[in-house]
Amino acid sequence: MAEITTLHYLVVAAALFVLGVIGVLTRRNVVIVLMSIELILNAVNLNLVAFSRMWGNLHGQVFSIFIVVDAAAEAAVGLGILIAFFRNKETINVDEIDLLKW
Amino acid sequence: MTPGMAPVATPFFFYLLSGLAVIGGVLVITRRNAVHSALALIVTLLAVSGLYLMLYAPFVAGVQIIVYAGGIMVLFLFVIMLVNLERTVKERQFNRIWPIGVVAAVALLGLFVSVYVKGKNLFPEPRLPLAEANNTQEIGVMLYGNYMFAFEIASLLLLVAILGAVIMAKKRI
Repeated sequence: MAEITTLHYLVVAAALFVLGVIGVLTRRNVVIVLMSIELILNAVNLNLVAFSRMWGNLHGQVFSIFIVVDAAAEAAVGLGILIAFFRNKETINVDEIDLLKW
Repeated sequence: MTPGMAPVATPFFFYLLSGLAVIGGVLVITRRNAVHSALALIVTLLAVSGLYLMLYAPFVAGVQIIVYAGGIMVLFLFVIMLVNLERTVKERQFNRIWPIGVVAAVALLGLFVSVYVKGKNLFPEPRLPLAEANNTQEIGVMLYGNYMFAFEIASLLLLVAILGAVIMAKKRI
């Protein structure tokens, strides 16, 4: 294991991705679900930057900057929605956010 | 232009940073207290930023620390304080159908592992390392050159997100 290849970074990114997917699918707290989504986005960023290093150009890094911008926008709006919902119904459990259910 | 230093102790730093990132990820999804999860996510983000530095991407590492760990996580902590309910710490933390979620995620991990094992030889050796001294300039040239349209769309996206977040969180519209 003396040589750290691109595959090592991809495996780390896959581990972070799977941890984020487990967090999204199993947690009840909405804020922790949003944080797991950020984990997933970070895993994708790590993949992109690792491939950018492998190919020797900067396209992956520029794409990852756009993903960071997008994650910021999505976190802001998602948390705004959470605050608006919390004001109506005093809960942050995903199970109890079911006002649109039939 | 002075040449860069040769990398030193690369496997040690790689395993240290990736171990920190994965441990932080595990702590994010398992803590009962949301503040603990947020702090663990900050640790993960800083470790991933260190991994970017190892991949010769100093600008992306700086953006990660400033925007992600310094902006988004502070926003998360504010909202956690705003919706802090004492009773959520004592309630059930995981869904009723959490085994299905774990099975699905493990299947996804199996898919990743099989792809990486089969295609182990598809990844070429890294080319000559990108010079770090003008990384930011090169990214700037690309952002205003090839990716100009995406850059403008991203600024429009940020404007819409600001408007959306403020309106969603206001008491009276």
